[in-house]
Amino acid sequence: MFFGNILIWFVVVPILMLAGLALCGQNNMKAIRGVMVTCSTVLLGMSIWLVCDFLAQRAAGNQAEMLWMDSWMWYKPLNIHLAVGVDGISVLMLLLTSIIVFAGTFASWKINPLPKNFFLWYSLLSTGVYGFFISIDMFTMFMFYEVALIPMYLLIGVWGTGRKEYSAMKLTLMLMGGSAFLMLGLLGIYWHGTPEGMPHTWNILEISHYGNIDYGWQNLLFVFTFVGFGVLGAMFPFHTWSPDGHACAPTAVSMLHAGVLMKLGGYGCFRIAIFLLPHAANELAWIFIILTGISIVYGAFSACVQTDLKYINAYSSVSHCGMVLFALLMLNTTAMTGAILQMLSHGLMTALFFALIGMIYGRTHTRDIRQMGGLMKIMPYLGVCYMIAGFASLGLPGMSGFVAEMTIFFGSFEHADMFHRIFVIAATTSIVITAVYILRVVGKLILGPVQDEHHLSLTDATWWERLSTVTLIACLAGIGFFPNWLSETIQHSFKPIVDALAMAI
Amino acid sequence: MDLNMLWYLVPSVIMFVAGVYGFVTRKNMIALLISLELMLNSADLNFVIFNRFLYPGSMEGMVFTLFAIAIAAAETAIAIAIIVNIYRKLHSTEIDEVDKMKY
Amino acid sequence: MSVTLPILILAIPLFMFLLLGIGGVKMSRKLAGILGITALGAVAVISYYVAFTYFFSGDSLFIDDGVRQQCQMFDVTWLAFTDRMVVNIGFLLDPISAMMLVVITTISFMVHLYSWGYMEHEPGFQRYYAFLALFTFSMLGLVVATNIFQMYIFWELVGVSSYLLIGFFYKLPSAVSASKKAFIVTRFADLFMLIGILVLSYYVSNAPADGPLGSASAFNFQMLNNNAGVIANTVVGATFMSGSVLTWAMVLIFVGGMGKSAMLPLHIWLPDAMEGPTPVSALIHAATMVVAGVYLVARFFPLYCIVPDSLTFITIVGAITAFYAAVVACTQIDIKRVLAFSTISQIAFMMVSLGVAYNQPIEGVHYSGLGYMASMFHLFTHAMFKALLFLGAGALIHAVHSNDYTKMGGLRKYMPITHWTFLIGCLAIAGIPPFSGFFSKDEMLAAMYNNHWFWGAWMSMVAGLTAFYMFRLYYLIFWWEENPEYKKEGHKPHDAPWQMSVPLIFLAAVSCVAGFIPFGEFVTYNGEPYHIHLETPVAVTSIVIALLAIGLATVMYAKKNPLPAKFKNAMPGLWKAAHHRFYWDEIYQFVTHKIIFNIICRSIAWFDRHVIDGTMNALAYVTNFFSVKIKGMQSGYVQAYVLWYFAGALVLAVITWICLI
Repeated sequence: MFFGNILIWFVVVPILMLAGLALCGQNNMKAIRGVMVTCSTVLLGMSIWLVCDFLAQRAAGNQAEMLWMDSWMWYKPLNIHLAVGVDGISVLMLLLTSIIVFAGTFASWKINPLPKNFFLWYSLLSTGVYGFFISIDMFTMFMFYEVALIPMYLLIGVWGTGRKEYSAMKLTLMLMGGSAFLMLGLLGIYWHGTPEGMPHTWNILEISHYGNIDYGWQNLLFVFTFVGFGVLGAMFPFHTWSPDGHACAPTAVSMLHAGVLMKLGGYGCFRIAIFLLPHAANELAWIFIILTGISIVYGAFSACVQTDLKYINAYSSVSHCGMVLFALLMLNTTAMTGAILQMLSHGLMTALFFALIGMIYGRTHTRDIRQMGGLMKIMPYLGVCYMIAGFASLGLPGMSGFVAEMTIFFGSFEHADMFHRIFVIAATTSIVITAVYILRVVGKLILGPVQDEHHLSLTDATWWERLSTVTLIACLAGIGFFPNWLSETIQHSFKPIVDALAMAI
Repeated sequence: MDLNMLWYLVPSVIMFVAGVYGFVTRKNMIALLISLELMLNSADLNFVIFNRFLYPGSMEGMVFTLFAIAIAAAETAIAIAIIVNIYRKLHSTEIDEVDKMKY
Repeated sequence: MSVTLPILILAIPLFMFLLLGIGGVKMSRKLAGILGITALGAVAVISYYVAFTYFFSGDSLFIDDGVRQQCQMFDVTWLAFTDRMVVNIGFLLDPISAMMLVVITTISFMVHLYSWGYMEHEPGFQRYYAFLALFTFSMLGLVVATNIFQMYIFWELVGVSSYLLIGFFYKLPSAVSASKKAFIVTRFADLFMLIGILVLSYYVSNAPADGPLGSASAFNFQMLNNNAGVIANTVVGATFMSGSVLTWAMVLIFVGGMGKSAMLPLHIWLPDAMEGPTPVSALIHAATMVVAGVYLVARFFPLYCIVPDSLTFITIVGAITAFYAAVVACTQIDIKRVLAFSTISQIAFMMVSLGVAYNQPIEGVHYSGLGYMASMFHLFTHAMFKALLFLGAGALIHAVHSNDYTKMGGLRKYMPITHWTFLIGCLAIAGIPPFSGFFSKDEMLAAMYNNHWFWGAWMSMVAGLTAFYMFRLYYLIFWWEENPEYKKEGHKPHDAPWQMSVPLIFLAAVSCVAGFIPFGEFVTYNGEPYHIHLETPVAVTSIVIALLAIGLATVMYAKKNPLPAKFKNAMPGLWKAAHHRFYWDEIYQFVTHKIIFNIICRSIAWFDRHVIDGTMNALAYVTNFFSVKIKGMQSGYVQAYVLWYFAGALVLAVITWICLI
């Protein structure tokens, strides 16, 4: 039964959301907000229920690799299915997406112009993201991936600020370039993944059970798929879409993009590149460790000298997302768990950052830190939230960033050879550099004397802005205070992947 | 002197090349149309020639030629209609000046 | 003792932080102040009860056959990296943590009370109490940590609460930059600590699980300390740059302590941290947080003893810092900075004392642990008298509205309570009996002489300098020449309100009697009691040195006279260098701003914008360029197409023809 599977509803609800929005009048804000809030709340509720039920099922001893598995034939000649199924990691990713969609809805409460169209594209984007996380068929996964990427172009190009056309074009083209690599890699896996005499399949689990791809092909395909997803994960040197793209995107889009879309990259890297091509992962990890290691330090150093708030956070994202890929390439349970924690943490934290920047920009109409100062005096609520986001970013204990970074460092340090040691220690220095650029911004923007007299008349956060930020802060602190259940769930889900890696050495 | 195939083919080629030359060099659309007709007729002529000398028993070439002449007539009518319309719009039949749909 | 009380000790301050932090805006000042003070009072009472139970109940959990035991009151899993690397949050009760509980809650309670008067008119009063509660929570969590990772967690939290409190006056750019500096410098040090923990836990967690280490968590203090010898054997093969890995790990962890305790080259943040409110300086930057480094070494003492090289390192760092800070303190003008450098110097004293406390027999006599005991003793007494001095300085600043001693002078008549309590503090730090500093300093010096005469002599010299600069400060504030401003109407300084005087008197009383506590009965490195006896030669020498130094200070500063100026002019270079703190700040400024920020960061940002991004733009440009070029072929001229067509047909015909022949 198609609609009997809860996972399908994660795609159906956004589609209903699209339909609902389509029925609304162009400027009927009440109806548009009604649809958005209802659907995003439903999605949030579903995700929470899903996580609880997942944990309950695991606790009850359900050891299946994926839960709620189902598969429907979609296109027979190429054996493409709509195959769904989730493990602990995808469940958490769905939750993250729901939280950010929810917060993003409130953060773009007053979007202008064309609110209806904005939310239509916004919903389409979230459809793609949800679809990506529930799929276990590479082709449908790829399809949803593209569905998530394309709306970005219009969202930035139409509702953005600054050099929006340039940035939208750059972002889309670079990500499409990545997709081209990715498609090659996926096709390669499709053609080489099944043993002689079996029908070719796109299903990730089946391919991993066959484990049939020969070593030469693995190496080639690993590079294709890793680079393909790595572009979205802002891997050096394919990260330059990120500063421009984020800087020009409207608030909610930045939130969704940095918060969730960049996570598709990391998720794809381990779900496809590392899981299906374990031998190549063992063999070639060092190349990408160098690249991601550079990302981490390089992003942090670049962030130190930027003056545009969004650029600072975009470079900070390069550094933090570099950490995600870096940890995945360590190929052991602890570090990879840290990578997922970092995804969650970075998702929430960056979403909060971009939401706050949007709110500050909406009031002061500048994002240049040199032109602002002493905002704590003017808008204490936003100032405090900005500081909390900053502390989460620089890894303050009690916030999620600390948990994630520590798990990554302790996991990465398991490798005893000099190469890994050097890169891990280089990566740890980023926590100091992060502190430098976060405190620089906080010191200039939030604290200190008021820079511009005109800002004195500005108002503090409204209720919808408070709701949006409180949701995110609560999640950040929740992970920071009680990380163990998350960590355990993720560690358990990594078992098949780590086993595959161990078999392939 | 035997009147072999070459005696017919050479004038046909001359006619064709003249058509090509005219088509490439002339700027007036009517002249282009005339050149086009020249090329078409040389092709028709070839049909007839090959039918007559290579397959003397059959009639397909002849029939096809008649068919082509009929189509060429229709085509010319359309072409002239287009040219007339272009002339009405642009007051010119110069091919260079008709670039409204370029790129 | 049930587990409730230890949980309450941590939970009450955390709850107060959340309550005052979130609900503070809606509260009146009075309510916030009363809530904060009451809560901290309750925590202090519970801590006293816990410490009292630990030391005096005789429960076999706490003392077994005359030996004090370590006892984990609770220890719950917070995060499991792997089976062997499990982070717990717990409550470890042993002599030093019980002692620290008393110190922290006492000083914190005094500071809460004092701040009610001191901060009365400041905006953000509620926020201030919230931050104080956060700090108290973090510091308590730090000292009761059952494992190194819990300590690291609270170590960071302490750092951030220090950041928030230094930057409390957030509208002042100087306060903002001071708080930033404090956070970044300590965080830089913490990076080394983190690497040290990484190294240590890697080797410990990879020891065979069926070996003597068992499968316990690699972070646990008890496990690490009880198995120090086993750990040293486990990593014996592993070396890095000709040093054993364990030595490296312990030194790296100590660097974290250097940052928090402001040891030389990482001391630069502490003088600037004086931008914070004065009670905060008393609590954080004199009595509690800055001794975290000392506490860390004491906590890991068995491991440090296994690798004596690291103890030597600690001794050397401490000895240099102590002397440096004492010299600089002689030339500062800002009274809080004098006290800050004095703090650095005194903490370095404790470090040296720990560093010389080898756990090995020296010439057949087992002196071990004396330095440990003395260091902890001094930590205790120093916390009391240094908090007293800072709070006294706060009262002075409150009265005179300046940090500068040139604006003071002759204040003894106007502020008698402050004067007498400040004098007691100075006598205590100078090491004059019967005040508390004398006893602890005597034990420390005895330990140093026992190790090597050089350390003893060197640190005696520092003790002399200490007495000199403290009395220089005392005389310049309370004697010297009366500031004519005081005569003006409304400018007459007066003693502080009762909320501020009570803590002063209380701490002064403690400083008078704390020396008579038989400290060795309570806190020793191995839990066995140690009977303190005065080392007469050491005691006599140090008293003589202190008296000489005080005498010199009296001659120079008791009355206005030209002597100080003469001294200053006799060695202008030295004076200027000392006044500028030997240019450490300028060096750091150069390295961080000129080299790291301007050269590294800017060039990376430039590289990113122009080379990496330029490559991407160039790709787009090249594509565009070629498409514009071949666009010309789509000319729209039918004739051109025909020409291309015939040319193509001709080429094909030729090819066909060639192929056919």
